[in-house]
Amino acid sequence: MEIGVCVKRVPMVGGKIVLTPDEQEVDTRLSGFTISPHEECAVEEAVQITERLGGTVSVLTLGPPEAADQLREALALGAKRAVLLETDGREWGPIATAEAIVAEVRRHAADGPGYDLLLCGNEAADTGDYQVGIRVACALGWPCVTGIKGLEITEIDGQATARARREYRGGEETFEFGLPAVICVKEGINLPRYPSLPGRLRAKRATIEQAEPQWRDDGLRKRSLRVPATHRKQATVLGTGGDGVPALVGVLEEWGLLP
Amino acid sequence: MTVLCLIELDADGPADASLRALTFATGLAGAGPAGPAPVAAVVFGPADQVPGDMLAAYGASSAHVVEPGHLDGYAPRAWAQALSGLAADAGASAVVAAATDRGNEVMAYLGALTGLPMAANCVQAEPGENGTHQVVRHRWAGLLLEEASLAGSPGLMTVATEAVPAAAVAEPVGTLAVQPYVPTLSEDDLRVRATETAGHSSGASLATARVVVGGGRGVGGPDGFAPLEELASLLGGVVGVSRVVTSEGWRPHRQQVGQTGTKITPELYLACGISGAIQHMAGCAGAKHIVVVNTDPGAPILAHADYALIGDVGEVIPALVAAVRARSGTS
Repeated sequence: MEIGVCVKRVPMVGGKIVLTPDEQEVDTRLSGFTISPHEECAVEEAVQITERLGGTVSVLTLGPPEAADQLREALALGAKRAVLLETDGREWGPIATAEAIVAEVRRHAADGPGYDLLLCGNEAADTGDYQVGIRVACALGWPCVTGIKGLEITEIDGQATARARREYRGGEETFEFGLPAVICVKEGINLPRYPSLPGRLRAKRATIEQAEPQWRDDGLRKRSLRVPATHRKQATVLGTGGDGVPALVGVLEEWGLLP
Repeated sequence: MTVLCLIELDADGPADASLRALTFATGLAGAGPAGPAPVAAVVFGPADQVPGDMLAAYGASSAHVVEPGHLDGYAPRAWAQALSGLAADAGASAVVAAATDRGNEVMAYLGALTGLPMAANCVQAEPGENGTHQVVRHRWAGLLLEEASLAGSPGLMTVATEAVPAAAVAEPVGTLAVQPYVPTLSEDDLRVRATETAGHSSGASLATARVVVGGGRGVGGPDGFAPLEELASLLGGVVGVSRVVTSEGWRPHRQQVGQTGTKITPELYLACGISGAIQHMAGCAGAKHIVVVNTDPGAPILAHADYALIGDVGEVIPALVAAVRARSGTS
């Protein structure tokens, strides 16, 4: 089973998001970077599938040269091969990103067996576009489903099938289709492991393959970013410990929330 | 220049998120330079289940229905094909859906099939010059707003429904015209379809609950949630949790509130032992009221709350349960 996992380098935001003075970017001078949380689970899922069925996990990212750090994070978790689709640091929209991934998938297929499965995060933590995986799948003529929190891959006589589940109105809905396919997963599908020491050492030494796709305009043009105004202010303290409970009951009654 | 709006159906009518999307679509249609444009709802299901009066009340002037005989159940690419065909027939200026799992998925397919850009999680939109739309959309799950120009006709958008309330229109159409639509589908369009749906709970879901009692690290461990469950059930609500609680394995991930969990819109969010990382706040910003129970008066979440009780969750919540029971005579 050849699995490709698409990850994105995003700022690690803590207590507050601060913008650059030109309101075009998140100010990252004081923050680190990480893989989007859904994608961390996508890497884990891919590693678990190859532990069961054999095969190789490749991790792909589109980003600046520093995004190699995120590839190494994924290598430390068990991915075996890493590909950097290097950009000049500009923001890429989902259409252009999907095209670059498709080109890489086709290159990989030309060199060998090609991917049986591509895993993506459901949406990137920063831009939240919710569409790269589907655009990749449609370009390749593969099926794609999103929001997946349960996945079983089975192989019978060389034909692999996916059974993918997601939450739907307090229950679940299930999708079944043959591979190759693109599946976009959500946090909660698994609990990602911590990187092992040998894993980290291997990641540090690993060679990262590179390509340089061409940026293009995507049709959704950012003009500016802003932090939304909030109507909330510092909380009024009703009391300490059990002493505050009667006041809280009063507030709940005023809001019409008591049974 | 019609605006199309995808309507998802619940067991008892249009999904609340879809009514919010319909309100958004109606606002967009009303902002056109040539005066108000019609809004057409698109429903997948039996024609007799099209909630005509409700759709009219929230601004639709007609509805297209794709019946199970032509397309049975949920198949995202097939739904997108149907929307694509309808948009072409109507010369639609925009196609809108709620930013639910299904809504984002169908609209992403529509973008992929047509080659058009798609703006996810919009909170505002108006027609701009040369067929563009000026949109305001969520980034970072709503922690940031992006102002952007969306090219392409039709303009494809999903709506961050936790940020857009549903509003009935002043003058709904008298009788909503319902037109059946037969999409042209290929085998490829039907390769991904929901084969089964299971375990629908009849109780409140986290996304739609009127009261959410949230628990974080301060709950102390998996055993600390019983009083929170009890309080939630007393108030007719459900329990939600922070990310640390699910990553510690104390509670299942489906209960997680936040950027990578569920976005909630309750009347009351009672956040117990939760410090308030911004990824968590992204999930509960849609709550009408936030009340905090925390031992730390300096916890960041207090800067986003109406009221706070400073104290240990294990002490305060059982006392609150007892007081609510005493008050309502259910002890």
